[in-house]
Amino acid sequence: MSNPHAILFVIPLTFIIAFMLTIVPLPEWAVLWRPEWVALVVIYWSMALPRRVGVGYAWILGLLLDIIKGTLLGQHALGFAVIAYLTLRFHQRIRVFPLWQQSFAIGLMLAIHLLLLLWVYGMMGRAPQTSLYWGPVLTSMALWPWVFLLLRDVRRRWCLGVN
Amino acid sequence: MRTLVHVLDSRSFIKTPLFNLGPSPFARLAVLGFLSMALMTVDHRLPHLQEARATLALVMYPIQYAVDLPIRAGIWLTEQFALRQLLIQENQRLRKEHTHLHALLLQFEALEQENARLRELLDTSQRLRTEVLIAELLAVDLDPFRQQLVLNKGRLHQVYEGQPLINAQGVVGQVLEVNALHSIAVLISDPSHALPVLVNRTGLRALAVGTGHPQRLELRYIPPSEDIEVGDTISTSGLGGRFPADYPVARITRVERVPGEAFAMIEARPFALLDRSREVLLIRPQAGDDAASDDASDS
Repeated sequence: MSNPHAILFVIPLTFIIAFMLTIVPLPEWAVLWRPEWVALVVIYWSMALPRRVGVGYAWILGLLLDIIKGTLLGQHALGFAVIAYLTLRFHQRIRVFPLWQQSFAIGLMLAIHLLLLLWVYGMMGRAPQTSLYWGPVLTSMALWPWVFLLLRDVRRRWCLGVN
Repeated sequence: MRTLVHVLDSRSFIKTPLFNLGPSPFARLAVLGFLSMALMTVDHRLPHLQEARATLALVMYPIQYAVDLPIRAGIWLTEQFALRQLLIQENQRLRKEHTHLHALLLQFEALEQENARLRELLDTSQRLRTEVLIAELLAVDLDPFRQQLVLNKGRLHQVYEGQPLINAQGVVGQVLEVNALHSIAVLISDPSHALPVLVNRTGLRALAVGTGHPQRLELRYIPPSEDIEVGDTISTSGLGGRFPADYPVARITRVERVPGEAFAMIEARPFALLDRSREVLLIRPQAGDDAASDDASDS
Protein backbone atom coordinates (compact mmCIF):
# COMPACT_ATOMS: atom_id res chain seq x y z
CA MET A 1 0.00 0.00 0.00
CA SER A 2 2.67 2.37 1.07
CA ASN A 3 4.00 4.60 -1.67
CA PRO A 4 7.74 4.89 -1.15
CA HIS A 5 8.11 8.04 -3.24
CA ALA A 6 5.21 9.98 -1.78
CA ILE A 7 6.59 9.62 1.71
CA LEU A 8 9.79 11.37 0.68
CA PHE A 9 8.03 14.62 -0.02
CA VAL A 10 4.62 14.52 1.67
CA ILE A 11 5.94 14.52 5.23
CA PRO A 12 8.57 17.22 4.60
CA LEU A 13 5.90 19.27 2.84
CA THR A 14 3.65 19.22 5.89
CA PHE A 15 6.60 20.38 7.97
CA ILE A 16 7.39 23.19 5.55
CA ILE A 17 3.80 24.40 5.85
CA ALA A 18 4.07 24.19 9.64
CA PHE A 19 7.26 26.28 9.53
CA MET A 20 5.54 28.87 7.37
CA LEU A 21 2.64 29.10 9.80
CA THR A 22 5.18 29.57 12.59
CA ILE A 23 6.71 32.69 11.04
CA VAL A 24 3.70 34.28 9.35
CA PRO A 25 3.44 37.75 10.91
CA LEU A 26 0.50 38.07 13.28
CA PRO A 27 -0.97 41.17 14.92
CA GLU A 28 0.67 41.95 18.22
CA TRP A 29 -2.14 40.65 20.44
CA ALA A 30 -2.11 37.28 18.68
CA VAL A 31 1.62 36.66 18.70
CA LEU A 32 1.70 35.03 22.10
CA TRP A 33 -1.25 32.79 21.21
CA ARG A 34 0.34 31.29 18.11
CA PRO A 35 -0.11 27.50 18.21
CA GLU A 36 3.00 25.34 18.24
CA TRP A 37 2.43 24.22 14.65
CA VAL A 38 5.64 22.30 14.13
CA ALA A 39 5.24 20.48 17.44
CA LEU A 40 1.69 19.43 16.49
CA VAL A 41 2.84 18.04 13.17
CA VAL A 42 5.76 16.23 14.84
CA ILE A 43 3.34 14.65 17.31
CA TYR A 44 0.98 13.57 14.54
CA TRP A 45 3.61 11.90 12.40
CA SER A 46 5.41 10.19 15.23
CA MET A 47 2.05 8.89 16.41
CA ALA A 48 0.92 7.72 12.98
CA LEU A 49 4.25 6.56 11.53
CA PRO A 50 6.44 5.87 14.56
CA ARG A 51 9.07 4.08 12.48
CA ARG A 52 9.45 7.02 10.12
CA VAL A 53 9.34 10.03 12.37
CA GLY A 54 11.12 9.34 15.60
CA VAL A 55 13.30 11.06 18.14
CA GLY A 56 16.09 11.88 15.69
CA TYR A 57 13.78 13.30 13.03
CA ALA A 58 12.06 15.47 15.64
CA TRP A 59 15.40 16.66 16.97
CA ILE A 60 16.54 17.84 13.54
CA LEU A 61 13.24 19.68 13.03
CA GLY A 62 13.79 21.33 16.40
CA LEU A 63 17.20 22.56 15.21
CA LEU A 64 15.65 24.02 12.06
CA LEU A 65 12.99 25.71 14.18
CA ASP A 66 15.73 27.21 16.35
CA ILE A 67 17.32 28.65 13.23
CA ILE A 68 14.11 30.09 11.85
CA LYS A 69 13.03 31.59 15.18
CA GLY A 70 16.47 32.85 16.13
CA THR A 71 16.64 30.97 19.43
CA LEU A 72 19.65 29.11 20.83
CA LEU A 73 20.69 26.16 18.71
CA GLY A 74 19.25 23.13 20.52
CA GLN A 75 16.57 24.89 22.52
CA HIS A 76 13.57 23.63 20.56
CA ALA A 77 15.46 20.50 19.53
CA LEU A 78 15.58 19.33 23.14
CA GLY A 79 11.85 19.82 23.64
CA PHE A 80 11.01 18.13 20.35
CA ALA A 81 13.12 15.09 21.16
CA VAL A 82 11.26 14.75 24.45
CA ILE A 83 7.88 15.20 22.74
CA ALA A 84 8.72 12.59 20.11
CA TYR A 85 9.95 10.20 22.78
CA LEU A 86 6.73 10.54 24.78
CA THR A 87 4.63 10.10 21.65
CA LEU A 88 6.54 6.97 20.64
CA ARG A 89 6.21 5.61 24.13
CA PHE A 90 2.43 6.09 24.24
CA HIS A 91 1.44 6.16 20.56
CA GLN A 92 -0.61 2.98 20.68
CA ARG A 93 -2.65 4.34 23.56
CA ILE A 94 -3.06 7.90 22.27
CA ARG A 95 -4.12 6.68 18.82
CA VAL A 96 -7.30 5.12 20.16
CA PHE A 97 -8.28 8.00 22.41
CA PRO A 98 -11.27 10.10 21.30
CA LEU A 99 -10.08 13.36 19.79
CA TRP A 100 -10.82 15.56 22.83
CA GLN A 101 -8.88 13.19 25.03
CA GLN A 102 -6.00 13.26 22.55
CA SER A 103 -6.07 17.03 22.86
CA PHE A 104 -5.39 16.79 26.56
CA ALA A 105 -2.52 14.36 26.06
CA ILE A 106 -1.07 16.73 23.46
CA GLY A 107 -1.56 19.69 25.79
CA LEU A 108 0.41 17.90 28.46
CA MET A 109 3.28 17.18 26.06
CA LEU A 110 3.35 20.77 24.83
CA ALA A 111 3.39 22.00 28.41
CA ILE A 112 6.49 19.86 29.03
CA HIS A 113 8.05 21.29 25.84
CA LEU A 114 7.33 24.88 26.92
CA LEU A 115 8.64 24.13 30.41
CA LEU A 116 11.96 23.00 28.90
CA LEU A 117 12.06 26.16 26.77
CA LEU A 118 11.31 28.28 29.83
CA TRP A 119 14.11 26.59 31.69
CA VAL A 120 16.58 27.59 28.97
CA TYR A 121 15.20 31.16 28.83
CA GLY A 122 15.60 31.29 32.60
CA MET A 123 19.21 30.17 32.46
CA MET A 124 19.91 32.90 29.91
CA GLY A 125 18.36 35.41 32.33
CA ARG A 126 15.50 36.42 30.05
CA ALA A 127 12.57 34.44 31.40
CA PRO A 128 9.26 35.82 30.06
CA GLN A 129 7.40 37.60 32.84
CA THR A 130 3.89 36.88 31.60
CA SER A 131 1.52 33.98 32.21
CA LEU A 132 0.49 34.34 28.54
CA TYR A 133 3.65 32.33 27.94
CA TRP A 134 1.43 29.24 28.30
CA GLY A 135 -1.11 30.53 25.75
CA PRO A 136 0.15 28.31 22.90
CA VAL A 137 -0.74 25.20 24.93
CA LEU A 138 -4.41 26.21 24.92
CA THR A 139 -4.58 27.22 21.25
CA SER A 140 -2.70 24.11 20.17
CA MET A 141 -5.06 21.90 22.18
CA ALA A 142 -8.06 23.61 20.60
CA LEU A 143 -6.63 23.12 17.09
CA TRP A 144 -5.43 19.56 17.53
CA PRO A 145 -8.63 17.81 16.28
CA TRP A 146 -8.46 19.73 13.00
CA VAL A 147 -4.75 19.17 12.56
CA PHE A 148 -5.29 15.49 13.26
CA LEU A 149 -8.15 15.06 10.78
CA LEU A 150 -6.34 17.04 8.10
CA LEU A 151 -3.10 15.14 8.42
CA ARG A 152 -4.94 11.83 8.58
CA ASP A 153 -6.59 12.67 5.29
CA VAL A 154 -3.21 13.56 3.85
CA ARG A 155 -1.78 10.29 5.09
CA ARG A 156 -4.62 8.21 3.62
CA ARG A 157 -4.73 10.06 0.36
CA TRP A 158 -1.07 9.40 -0.27
CA CYS A 159 -1.38 5.88 1.06
CA LEU A 160 1.40 6.33 3.54
CA GLY A 161 1.42 3.05 5.45
CA VAL A 162 1.70 2.77 9.17
CA ASN A 163 5.41 2.43 9.38
CA MET B 1 -14.43 3.32 10.71
CA ARG B 2 -11.56 4.81 12.60
CA THR B 3 -11.40 1.92 15.03
CA LEU B 4 -11.24 -0.49 12.14
CA VAL B 5 -8.32 1.37 10.67
CA HIS B 6 -6.56 1.31 13.98
CA VAL B 7 -7.08 -2.41 14.30
CA LEU B 8 -5.54 -2.83 10.86
CA ASP B 9 -2.80 -0.45 11.87
CA SER B 10 -1.86 -2.41 14.92
CA ARG B 11 -1.97 -5.69 13.00
CA SER B 12 0.57 -4.53 10.51
CA PHE B 13 2.51 -2.98 13.34
CA ILE B 14 2.97 -6.43 14.83
CA LYS B 15 4.37 -7.72 11.55
CA THR B 16 7.33 -5.37 11.64
CA PRO B 17 10.55 -6.75 13.05
CA LEU B 18 10.84 -6.04 16.73
CA PHE B 19 14.52 -6.19 17.40
CA ASN B 20 16.69 -4.80 14.62
CA LEU B 21 15.66 -1.17 15.08
CA GLY B 22 18.95 0.30 16.17
CA PRO B 23 19.21 2.07 19.51
CA SER B 24 16.02 2.31 21.58
CA PRO B 25 14.08 5.60 21.57
CA PHE B 26 15.20 6.22 25.14
CA ALA B 27 18.86 5.81 24.24
CA ARG B 28 18.37 8.23 21.33
CA LEU B 29 16.60 10.70 23.58
CA ALA B 30 19.42 10.54 26.11
CA VAL B 31 22.11 11.13 23.49
CA LEU B 32 20.22 13.88 21.66
CA GLY B 33 19.19 15.57 24.90
CA PHE B 34 22.80 15.70 25.98
CA LEU B 35 23.80 16.95 22.53
CA SER B 36 21.18 19.74 22.64
CA MET B 37 22.47 20.95 25.98
CA ALA B 38 26.03 20.93 24.66
CA LEU B 39 24.91 22.85 21.54
CA MET B 40 23.02 25.43 23.60
CA THR B 41 26.00 26.01 25.86
CA VAL B 42 28.38 26.44 22.95
CA ASP B 43 25.92 28.62 21.02
CA HIS B 44 25.37 30.84 24.04
CA ARG B 45 28.99 31.24 25.16
CA LEU B 46 31.28 30.66 22.19
CA PRO B 47 31.38 31.75 18.55
CA HIS B 48 32.13 28.30 17.09
CA LEU B 49 28.62 27.60 15.82
CA GLN B 50 28.33 30.74 13.67
CA GLU B 51 29.20 28.84 10.48
CA ALA B 52 26.75 26.03 11.22
CA ARG B 53 24.03 28.55 11.97
CA ALA B 54 24.73 30.45 8.76
CA THR B 55 24.55 27.26 6.67
CA LEU B 56 21.30 26.08 8.23
CA ALA B 57 19.90 29.59 7.93
CA LEU B 58 20.54 29.51 4.20
CA VAL B 59 18.53 26.26 4.03
CA MET B 60 15.63 27.89 5.84
CA TYR B 61 15.76 31.18 3.94
CA PRO B 62 13.44 30.00 1.12
CA ILE B 63 10.72 29.38 3.71
CA GLN B 64 11.11 32.85 5.16
CA TYR B 65 11.19 34.28 1.67
CA ALA B 66 8.03 32.39 0.71
CA VAL B 67 6.19 33.84 3.70
CA ASP B 68 7.41 37.34 2.95
CA LEU B 69 6.66 37.15 -0.77
CA PRO B 70 2.82 37.38 -0.74
CA ILE B 71 2.99 40.28 1.70
CA ARG B 72 5.52 42.06 -0.49
CA ALA B 73 3.36 41.29 -3.53
CA GLY B 74 0.33 42.75 -1.74
CA ILE B 75 2.18 45.97 -1.09
CA TRP B 76 3.38 46.06 -4.70
CA LEU B 77 -0.15 45.50 -6.01
CA THR B 78 -1.63 48.26 -3.86
CA GLU B 79 1.09 50.54 -5.17
CA GLN B 80 0.37 49.52 -8.76
CA PHE B 81 -3.34 50.12 -8.49
CA ALA B 82 -3.18 53.14 -6.22
CA LEU B 83 -5.38 55.97 -7.35
CA ARG B 84 -3.71 58.52 -9.59
CA GLN B 85 -5.02 61.23 -7.30
CA LEU B 86 -3.30 59.68 -4.27
CA LEU B 87 -0.07 59.29 -6.15
CA ILE B 88 -0.11 62.89 -7.24
CA GLN B 89 -0.79 64.01 -3.69
CA GLU B 90 2.02 61.90 -2.33
CA ASN B 91 4.33 63.13 -5.03
CA GLN B 92 3.58 66.73 -4.14
CA ARG B 93 4.13 66.07 -0.47
CA LEU B 94 7.43 64.35 -1.13
CA ARG B 95 8.52 67.15 -3.44
CA LYS B 96 7.86 69.70 -0.72
CA GLU B 97 9.68 67.60 1.80
CA HIS B 98 12.58 67.17 -0.57
CA THR B 99 12.92 70.91 -1.14
CA HIS B 100 12.72 71.53 2.58
CA LEU B 101 15.34 68.92 3.43
CA HIS B 102 17.55 70.10 0.62
CA ALA B 103 17.47 73.65 1.95
CA LEU B 104 18.46 72.35 5.38
CA LEU B 105 21.23 70.33 3.79
CA LEU B 106 22.72 73.43 2.16
CA GLN B 107 23.18 74.90 5.57
CA PHE B 108 24.43 71.59 6.87
CA GLU B 109 27.22 71.48 4.33
CA ALA B 110 28.38 74.93 5.31
CA LEU B 111 28.23 73.94 8.96
CA GLU B 112 30.15 70.78 8.28
CA GLN B 113 32.95 72.71 6.58
CA GLU B 114 33.03 75.18 9.41
CA ASN B 115 33.13 72.34 11.89
CA ALA B 116 36.01 70.72 10.03
CA ARG B 117 37.96 74.01 10.04
CA LEU B 118 37.36 74.46 13.77
CA ARG B 119 38.41 70.91 14.45
CA GLU B 120 41.57 71.51 12.47
CA LEU B 121 42.29 74.58 14.56
CA LEU B 122 41.74 72.57 17.71
CA ASP B 123 43.81 69.77 16.21
CA THR B 124 41.25 67.07 17.06
CA SER B 125 40.37 64.06 14.94
CA GLN B 126 37.95 64.29 12.05
CA ARG B 127 34.38 63.18 12.41
CA LEU B 128 33.56 60.00 10.60
CA ARG B 129 31.74 60.12 7.33
CA THR B 130 29.34 57.26 6.91
CA GLU B 131 27.97 55.20 4.06
CA VAL B 132 24.49 53.78 4.22
CA LEU B 133 22.84 50.70 2.78
CA ILE B 134 19.07 50.41 2.74
CA ALA B 135 17.70 47.08 3.94
CA GLU B 136 14.13 45.90 4.09
CA LEU B 137 12.72 43.84 6.90
CA LEU B 138 11.33 40.47 6.00
CA ALA B 139 7.74 40.21 7.20
CA VAL B 140 8.33 37.16 9.36
CA ASP B 141 7.96 36.71 13.09
CA LEU B 142 10.81 35.43 15.20
CA ASP B 143 10.73 34.21 18.76
CA PRO B 144 8.34 36.55 20.59
CA PHE B 145 10.62 36.72 23.62
CA ARG B 146 13.62 38.13 21.80
CA GLN B 147 13.63 41.51 20.10
CA GLN B 148 15.00 40.60 16.70
CA LEU B 149 14.45 41.40 13.03
CA VAL B 150 15.28 39.67 9.76
CA LEU B 151 16.90 41.92 7.12
CA ASN B 152 17.02 41.12 3.42
CA LYS B 153 20.72 41.99 3.13
CA GLY B 154 23.53 39.63 4.01
CA ARG B 155 27.21 38.95 3.56
CA LEU B 156 26.84 39.34 -0.21
CA HIS B 157 25.92 42.99 0.41
CA GLN B 158 28.89 43.48 2.76
CA VAL B 159 26.84 43.49 5.91
CA TYR B 160 29.06 42.74 8.90
CA GLU B 161 28.40 41.61 12.43
CA GLY B 162 27.83 44.50 14.80
CA GLN B 163 26.89 46.92 12.02
CA PRO B 164 24.66 49.71 13.40
CA LEU B 165 21.09 49.98 12.19
CA ILE B 166 19.14 53.24 12.06
CA ASN B 167 16.00 54.56 10.45
CA ALA B 168 14.76 58.06 9.71
CA GLN B 169 13.89 58.67 13.36
CA GLY B 170 16.84 57.25 15.25
CA VAL B 171 18.91 54.25 16.23
CA VAL B 172 17.19 50.89 15.73
CA GLY B 173 19.73 48.23 16.69
CA GLN B 174 22.69 46.31 15.38
CA VAL B 175 23.39 43.25 13.26
CA LEU B 176 23.70 40.11 15.32
CA GLU B 177 24.15 37.34 12.80
CA VAL B 178 25.19 37.61 9.16
CA ASN B 179 24.18 34.92 6.69
CA ALA B 180 24.87 34.76 2.99
CA LEU B 181 21.68 36.45 1.79
CA HIS B 182 20.05 37.79 4.92
CA SER B 183 20.95 38.78 8.42
CA ILE B 184 19.40 38.97 11.86
CA ALA B 185 19.53 42.17 13.85
CA VAL B 186 18.89 42.78 17.53
CA LEU B 187 16.90 45.84 18.56
CA ILE B 188 18.18 48.30 21.15
CA SER B 189 15.17 47.26 23.25
CA ASP B 190 16.38 43.66 23.65
CA PRO B 191 17.27 42.96 27.30
CA SER B 192 20.74 41.81 26.24
CA HIS B 193 21.52 45.06 24.43
CA ALA B 194 23.28 48.05 25.98
CA LEU B 195 24.03 51.24 24.08
CA PRO B 196 26.51 53.93 25.22
CA VAL B 197 24.66 57.24 25.08
CA LEU B 198 24.94 60.81 26.29
CA VAL B 199 22.33 63.30 27.38
CA ASN B 200 22.36 66.08 24.81
CA ARG B 201 21.58 68.91 27.25
CA THR B 202 24.30 68.16 29.80
CA GLY B 203 26.72 65.80 28.08
CA LEU B 204 26.15 63.23 30.83
CA ARG B 205 27.23 59.77 29.70
CA ALA B 206 25.11 56.70 30.40
CA LEU B 207 24.20 53.21 29.21
CA ALA B 208 20.79 52.67 27.61
CA VAL B 209 19.79 49.08 28.28
CA GLY B 210 16.83 47.32 26.62
CA THR B 211 13.92 46.09 28.68
CA GLY B 212 12.25 43.62 26.30
CA HIS B 213 9.52 46.17 25.61
CA PRO B 214 9.85 47.91 22.21
CA GLN B 215 9.00 51.33 23.59
CA ARG B 216 11.11 51.42 26.72
CA LEU B 217 14.82 51.67 27.50
CA GLU B 218 16.44 52.05 30.88
CA LEU B 219 19.36 54.31 31.68
CA ARG B 220 21.55 52.54 34.16
CA TYR B 221 24.18 53.66 36.64
CA ILE B 222 23.27 57.33 36.92
CA PRO B 223 23.62 58.67 40.48
CA PRO B 224 20.50 60.48 41.77
CA SER B 225 22.47 63.71 42.10
CA GLU B 226 23.00 64.02 38.32
CA ASP B 227 21.13 66.66 36.36
CA ILE B 228 18.66 64.76 34.18
CA GLU B 229 15.01 65.58 33.52
CA VAL B 230 11.98 64.17 31.79
CA GLY B 231 12.02 65.38 28.19
CA ASP B 232 15.79 65.36 27.80
CA THR B 233 16.94 63.70 24.59
CA ILE B 234 19.76 61.21 24.41
CA SER B 235 21.95 60.27 21.48
CA THR B 236 24.78 57.84 20.83
CA SER B 237 28.05 58.85 22.44
CA GLY B 238 30.32 56.91 20.09
CA LEU B 239 32.04 55.32 23.05
CA GLY B 240 32.36 51.59 22.66
CA GLY B 241 33.31 52.20 19.05
CA ARG B 242 30.42 50.41 17.43
CA PHE B 243 27.85 53.15 16.90
CA PRO B 244 29.03 56.46 15.44
CA ALA B 245 28.38 59.44 17.71
CA ASP B 246 25.40 61.81 17.65
CA TYR B 247 22.61 59.65 16.29
CA PRO B 248 19.39 60.34 18.22
CA VAL B 249 18.27 57.45 20.42
CA ALA B 250 15.44 58.30 22.79
CA ARG B 251 13.63 60.82 24.95
CA ILE B 252 13.58 60.50 28.75
CA THR B 253 10.08 59.66 29.94
CA ARG B 254 10.57 58.98 33.63
CA VAL B 255 13.11 59.92 36.27
CA GLU B 256 12.69 58.55 39.75
CA ARG B 257 15.12 59.22 42.55
CA VAL B 258 14.52 56.79 45.39
CA PRO B 259 16.21 58.00 48.58
CA GLY B 260 18.84 55.53 49.73
CA GLU B 261 19.31 53.93 46.30
CA ALA B 262 22.72 54.30 44.68
CA PHE B 263 21.31 55.02 41.22
CA ALA B 264 18.26 56.81 39.85
CA MET B 265 15.54 54.91 37.97
CA ILE B 266 15.43 56.41 34.50
CA GLU B 267 13.30 55.32 31.56
CA ALA B 268 13.38 56.51 27.97
CA ARG B 269 11.30 55.98 24.86
CA PRO B 270 13.15 55.29 21.58
CA PHE B 271 12.57 57.75 18.74
CA ALA B 272 12.58 54.97 16.17
CA LEU B 273 9.29 53.07 16.10
CA LEU B 274 11.08 49.79 16.66
CA ASP B 275 8.12 47.53 16.03
CA ARG B 276 6.70 49.42 13.08
CA SER B 277 9.35 50.25 10.52
CA ARG B 278 9.72 48.32 7.29
CA GLU B 279 12.92 49.88 5.97
CA VAL B 280 16.11 50.46 7.90
CA LEU B 281 19.52 51.88 7.06
CA LEU B 282 22.69 49.94 7.72
CA ILE B 283 25.43 52.45 8.36
CA ARG B 284 29.08 51.86 7.76
CA PRO B 285 31.70 54.26 9.00
CA GLN B 286 33.77 54.85 5.88
CA ALA B 287 36.81 52.68 5.36
CA GLY B 288 40.26 54.16 5.94
CA ASP B 289 39.27 55.67 9.26
CA ASP B 290 41.08 54.17 12.21
CA ALA B 291 37.93 54.06 14.31
CA ALA B 292 36.10 52.19 11.56
CA SER B 293 38.58 49.36 11.46
CA ASP B 294 38.32 49.07 15.23
CA ASP B 295 34.58 48.68 14.91
CA ALA B 296 34.75 45.70 12.65
CA SER B 297 37.13 43.73 14.82
CA ASP B 298 35.59 44.64 18.16
CA SER B 299 33.09 42.02 19.28
